[in-house]
Amino acid sequence: MTGPQNLLEIKNLCIEGRSGTSWSNIVNGIDLTLERGEVIGLIGESGAGKSTIGLAAMGFARDGCRISDGTILFDGIDLRAASVSARRKLRGNRIAYVAQSAAASFNPAYKLIDQYCEGPVLHGSMERDKAESDAIELYRRMQLPSPDEIGFRYPHQVSGGQLQRAMTAMAMACRPDLIVFDEPTTALDVTTQIEVLSAIRDIVGQFNTAAIYITHDLAVVAQMADRIKVLLRGEEVEESDTKTMLKTPKEEYTKSLWAVRTYARPEHPLQSTQETPVLSVENVSASYGDLQVLFDASFDIHRRQTVAVVGESGSGKSTAARVISGLLPPETGTVKFEGERLPPEYKRRSKNQLRQIQMIYQMADTALNPKHRIRELIGRPAELYLGLRGKALEERVRELLSLIELEPDEYIDRMPSELSGGQKQRIGIARALAAEPQVIICDEVTSALDQLVAEGILKLLDQIQDKFGLAYMFITHDLATVRSIADEVVVMKEGRVVETGPKTKMFTPPHHPYTELLLSSVPEMDASWLDRLLESRANKNVEK
Amino acid sequence: MGSVWKMVAHRLGLGLLTMFVISILIFGAIELLPGDLAEEILGQSATPETVAAFRKEIGLDKPPVTRYVEWLGNVVQGNLGRSLANGREISELIGSRLPNTLFLALYATVLAVPIALTLGILAALYRNTLFDRLINITTLTSISFPEFFLAYLLIFFLAQTGLFPSMSNIGPKMGLSGKIYNTFLPALTLTFVVTAHMMRMTRAAIVNLLASPYIEMAKLKGVSPLWVIVRHALPNAFAPIINVVALNLAYLITGVVVVEVVFVYPGLGQLMVDSVSKRDITVVQAVSLIFACAYILLNLTADVLSTLSNPRLIHKR
Amino acid sequence: MKIIKSLRTAPPTAWFGFVVVTIYLIVAIFAPLIAPYGEREIVGDEYVAWDSQFIFGTDALGRDMFTRLVFGARNTVGIAFVTTVLAFVVGAVFGLLAAVVGGWLDQLLSRTVDVLMAIPSLIFKLLLLTIFGTSVVNMVLIIALIDSTRVYRLARSVAMNIVVMDYIEAARLRGERLPRLIIREILPNAMAPLVAEFGLRFCFVFLAISALSFLGLGIQPPTADWGSMVRENASLISFGDITPLLPAAAIALLTVAVNFIVDWMLHRASGLKD
Repeated sequence: MTGPQNLLEIKNLCIEGRSGTSWSNIVNGIDLTLERGEVIGLIGESGAGKSTIGLAAMGFARDGCRISDGTILFDGIDLRAASVSARRKLRGNRIAYVAQSAAASFNPAYKLIDQYCEGPVLHGSMERDKAESDAIELYRRMQLPSPDEIGFRYPHQVSGGQLQRAMTAMAMACRPDLIVFDEPTTALDVTTQIEVLSAIRDIVGQFNTAAIYITHDLAVVAQMADRIKVLLRGEEVEESDTKTMLKTPKEEYTKSLWAVRTYARPEHPLQSTQETPVLSVENVSASYGDLQVLFDASFDIHRRQTVAVVGESGSGKSTAARVISGLLPPETGTVKFEGERLPPEYKRRSKNQLRQIQMIYQMADTALNPKHRIRELIGRPAELYLGLRGKALEERVRELLSLIELEPDEYIDRMPSELSGGQKQRIGIARALAAEPQVIICDEVTSALDQLVAEGILKLLDQIQDKFGLAYMFITHDLATVRSIADEVVVMKEGRVVETGPKTKMFTPPHHPYTELLLSSVPEMDASWLDRLLESRANKNVEK
Repeated sequence: MGSVWKMVAHRLGLGLLTMFVISILIFGAIELLPGDLAEEILGQSATPETVAAFRKEIGLDKPPVTRYVEWLGNVVQGNLGRSLANGREISELIGSRLPNTLFLALYATVLAVPIALTLGILAALYRNTLFDRLINITTLTSISFPEFFLAYLLIFFLAQTGLFPSMSNIGPKMGLSGKIYNTFLPALTLTFVVTAHMMRMTRAAIVNLLASPYIEMAKLKGVSPLWVIVRHALPNAFAPIINVVALNLAYLITGVVVVEVVFVYPGLGQLMVDSVSKRDITVVQAVSLIFACAYILLNLTADVLSTLSNPRLIHKR
Repeated sequence: MKIIKSLRTAPPTAWFGFVVVTIYLIVAIFAPLIAPYGEREIVGDEYVAWDSQFIFGTDALGRDMFTRLVFGARNTVGIAFVTTVLAFVVGAVFGLLAAVVGGWLDQLLSRTVDVLMAIPSLIFKLLLLTIFGTSVVNMVLIIALIDSTRVYRLARSVAMNIVVMDYIEAARLRGERLPRLIIREILPNAMAPLVAEFGLRFCFVFLAISALSFLGLGIQPPTADWGSMVRENASLISFGDITPLLPAAAIALLTVAVNFIVDWMLHRASGLKD
């Protein structure tokens, strides 16, 4: 076993997944090679089989999956043919794994450092005390705060971004040849994501570790990978080095993925500032129990306008929506609809007031009653608010279905479980429209969807807005979405409104410092973006 | 650390409150009698004068609150009153039987807990195999059997042959080995019932955890399957398992009633059943109070222990 | 439709359960046609051994064992079923209400149930039976009351998981009224666990009634009932006669059958989720 040899060589990998009693292919004939020290990015939408392939590179298949064909050679060892114990000796030792949710993937019963040391001690590469000092060294290299001490905390005592770095350090414990990163930053806020990305990139570079980097975010993979492989439904679409892939993708599918980020709708300029806003939030403060989550927040929403409310998790943007809808009565401040004060609690609002403000939810799965047919889901608001019955109701439901581009005959009697994620979200839109409201609150409506599907939803929302003159309150954490659909932007941080104004003003400097931080943290489709950003931030710190 | 002890103190306070409410409930139960205690004891034929005199004698003429306070004061001092049926001191009646019942429950516990936990872990480890399915069917069947059916089955197969006695005569002078031998069948009956429950719940608690991402992480670190369960799943399953054990020990308390009757075992359950058929309300009241307190104490202990086993609660942010 | 379809893939244990339950139903419904003698009729000597005339012999009073076993299906199972329905309706209605309405109603109901559940159930039943006297009606009401607290707990926790769903929030914001919220929005989603709970609850109630009857505090003679039949004939065991085990086995078999069905249903429900 001498001479130049690929570290990982996967040929014709096929993996089957069980649904009920039958097996179907979820990964179909994938080839993958990886040299020592090389990073390959696997990118694709949900159901592309990215994680499954990543785990297969460790010779591992989840419950309900099985590797049905192909060869997996790791450093010359055939992982499929190897004995169970031989595979176990490799895992955590020469091939390591970093999971998507560090919070869930650390065992809550043990301190971080105990979990770090488990691998080296188990595989016999280090004694316990040696492993401990090594852990502290790696925590330091991962730029974790107080590295001497952080390992002696329990997982629930450490923040998400720090846990993700601690998990990367843990993966490094045995100095593996290969690490599989499975969407390590997906659950994090953009500003935290930067720190984790740069830490991961540094350490992988320092130890010359090869990596498989799995993500659905193009801009992220562009920063991390030497080569990119695009996957669709368990099959390879194309593969090339990162630069080529970004500049000149060959396949239509890849091009469409790339194009999503460029969608923008024409702005709707505000007709006159004199007009009464459809909805105004005035000096609202609100709390959950003792915890105050909204501090003196104010903003207006005008007819035909989309107001994007942006912020990271915990910024209070969803709380604002709960106050408007009447689910969380504010402690002080008022919500006005067309200049009239709305009762703070939804139970006190009239049917007509309820009808005027509708919600579309992030998770279409839980927003539609799984035991109701589409007919009832869409028809109920029309029946309740507008008194439609029988034939008129059926007509209305069909009309709404056509509006959301679903064939009425085919869909009217389906159950939610018989729809795809994007279709469910469309039903959510139709249900809101059925009430014939003035304002629709869209709470992260696209964040659970794949990019192409999300784009379709955004376009649909735009068409509907033009047609009915609706006002949208669009809650999102994604600045790309803001850029493509907003007229006005409200930036929130820790329960406070930091900045408001028209989109164009928002995206042109000078920015509010927090807006600046947010804007600069959004990964760009440019392989050198992360380097430039880190450099510019470092310079700023020097200036200070 | 402080907040955990606050939680524990809170639980203890709640437990005390529950016992207090229960004592009111059990005391108040007599007040629900269609007539009252005096009429109940003297029967239909007694003249109103005799009834009134008797009321005065046993203090029934006082307002309920006063009587409750007096009753509770007596109970706390171990004075449980007299039996209506034979006028004997209740504390005397119970005194000899309570240790017997506790002995039987403890006996069954010692047999059941290790077996149940081991089988539960094994079933979780080999889940969805033939072994697991076999255990599932066996335990499900065992749960479905009425206790007296199990008891008579054991008598039929083990006592018929003269291997073990079907009547569990035990006396205060009997040695420990004799006691263990004589009460083997009732203890075995209880073990069957409780083991099945406990084992199923242990398995469920562990299997539930095995779907967690940190278990997958452990596997991907190269940890062996047994070690995954012992080191990674079990410490997190403590809380549910403690509750399972407590729940079943509590179940034992009621389970003994039927089993004691079948094996003519001189315990509290037997006394309770006899008193119910004689409508000896004061005895039933006292025994209920004892059972209820034991039950609450067990659940309380489980609550406190599972709180203390949760790292999220012990190590605050 | 769906049930029939999924029955095809049901494991043998579930099949066994369905067959046994069906047989019990038939026996209970057609008891007078199946039984050779009258329920309380004295037809021979005491403790006659098994023969062609009395296939399972006779009991302490000379009544036909087989006949009483058949009528027991009607009495014991019937009473247990009625009790379960009572317990279930009371517990489920209050449990759902508590979860949906919340606030003080939930607090009041839940704390009451906490207290009632702090007394071991058999002990509580015995206490109440002493006070109100042992009769079938009292027993049914007492067991129904005490077991309804357990149903309440389950129904409430199932409903709690549903109430936090966005579609319930949407229905509330739409202005739906309480009855519709419970019946149309929550109940259809709570059906699977509730049906399983009904099965389990039936087993518990059935075993409880049998235990009480066995202790002589439940269904009273001369009504043919399996629990009391075991008690009446228990002494035969020591003579190596298995006759008293028959009614006990009848109880066990039905409980096993129902448990097998419930186990399959729960397994299926959890399987559908992932």
